[in-house]
Amino acid sequence: MSISVQNISKSFKNKTALSDISFEVKEGELFGLIGPDGAGKTTLFRILTTLLIPNKGEATIANFDIIKDYKSIRNNVGYMPGRFSLYQDLTVEENLEFFATIFGTTIEENYDLIKDIYVQIEPFKKRRAGKLSGGMKQKLALSCALIHKPKVLFLDEPTTGVDPVSRKEFWEMLKRLQTKGITILVSTPYMDEAALCDRIALIQDGKILEIDTPREIVKHYPKTIYNVKAANMYLLIESLNIYKHKYSVYPFGEFVHYTDSRTNFNPEDLKLYLKTKNLKNISIEITQATIEDTFMELAK
Amino acid sequence: MKEETAIHVENLTKMFGDFTAVNAISFDVKKGEIFGFLGANGAGKTTAMKMLIGILTPTSGNADVAGFNVNTQPESIKKSIGYMSQKFALYDDLTVKENITFFGGIYGLTRKQINEKRYQLVEELELQEIVNELVSSLPLGWKQKIAFSVALLHNPKIVFLDEPTGGVDPITRRQFWELIYKAANKGTTIFVTTHYMDEAEYCDSVSIMVNGKIEALDTPKKLKEQFNAESMNDVFLKLARG
Repeated sequence: MSISVQNISKSFKNKTALSDISFEVKEGELFGLIGPDGAGKTTLFRILTTLLIPNKGEATIANFDIIKDYKSIRNNVGYMPGRFSLYQDLTVEENLEFFATIFGTTIEENYDLIKDIYVQIEPFKKRRAGKLSGGMKQKLALSCALIHKPKVLFLDEPTTGVDPVSRKEFWEMLKRLQTKGITILVSTPYMDEAALCDRIALIQDGKILEIDTPREIVKHYPKTIYNVKAANMYLLIESLNIYKHKYSVYPFGEFVHYTDSRTNFNPEDLKLYLKTKNLKNISIEITQATIEDTFMELAK
Repeated sequence: MKEETAIHVENLTKMFGDFTAVNAISFDVKKGEIFGFLGANGAGKTTAMKMLIGILTPTSGNADVAGFNVNTQPESIKKSIGYMSQKFALYDDLTVKENITFFGGIYGLTRKQINEKRYQLVEELELQEIVNELVSSLPLGWKQKIAFSVALLHNPKIVFLDEPTGGVDPITRRQFWELIYKAANKGTTIFVTTHYMDEAEYCDSVSIMVNGKIEALDTPKKLKEQFNAESMNDVFLKLARG
């Protein structure tokens, strides 16, 4: 196992950040920690990268214990924190050289690993890191986290606040890194990114709700979901919310995902009801659950 | 300016040195519309928004916001609009109640009006339990819902929302959008940026900015037809990839 976490708990004063977290990540796996702000993702990353000591539980990274062998862990992992934490007044090149030197290596030695990513920012290598755009900062931070050829890479919300195009490119980079044998633990609040991981853990309020492959997780959704659409979205949501048989009502892009509390639900009944609310162009069709549906059902 | 137009933008341009951040953009936003303002990082969205809310002077071009001109009446604009972003929402070291009182005062409400509004807001969002808590102790989703309501305290004609739901959990994110629908239904114009493409589908109109220019503007349905795309995410990827 590349990462093994057993019953980790952490509290700050009277606030529980993590309670009884356990999971394992295999070597070379791309494992996603999916959950909103405040779920405990960053606390978990800080514990696994030896920056914080848990109140309870044990964990090993690349077979090193997070307490006893913390120095070995620091040499063997790369960590990209959520907040940009490179030196703003060093240039791109100086930052990279600095991180390489700290880990007793050189840019040349591991250039192969970062080449893909670094060539994109190389034209700006004389620019100070503080003057880079968001996308470029992200690429530099990833290059710095990789320059010592870590066995395990920790990426804490690398795509938060990043536009869909740059997010897509970033995930393509991760897939290529994975082929080089690096284990990756990545966290994200974007549920659509979960589908790109080998396995995911859904996390909320310091607890893991479920762990599985993205495909299996959506299979576990307990109900039939209907895509409901009508001309007036606001009126539609309002009407569904006060319908006495509703189980859940969630806007999903141009549709509303609706589940009913009855076992013998007939969509025609709902259509009739919506018509009495003066809704026009009503359509109701069965649809597949997404990771987001599953998350909301578990988090309810 | 016509009665039903909330924002009218004509050739609005901003240059920093010889870099053109916003390049002669033009568009209209109707009253009561939810207008999605999308674009890649660095496309110029924030610069454009800063000009529209009266805190950055355009290099050239013109815009009327809530009936006031961005070049000559920026102070009047500030009084007629609400604004919130993920970075600037509420003061963390004030309580919910103190934030409401503070922003009410800033917006020029009387003490009586502030008290009425606060009562109304506490009822609507069910804040009874947390009204005397420090904002820093609240979950992000709560903060954002309260911040949105605070941005509406002075009944502004337009509310500008800069990535209001970034990092918010999926359930609260949807509750937030229900608040947006509600405000729009009452006639408030909503100008919103987001990186969640499903939220782009909730908008009446969507514009997509690429390298300082508006490359597309239409209803989500028509944009999907135009770009032969399944979802707004596909539209965005096709346009902004360049």
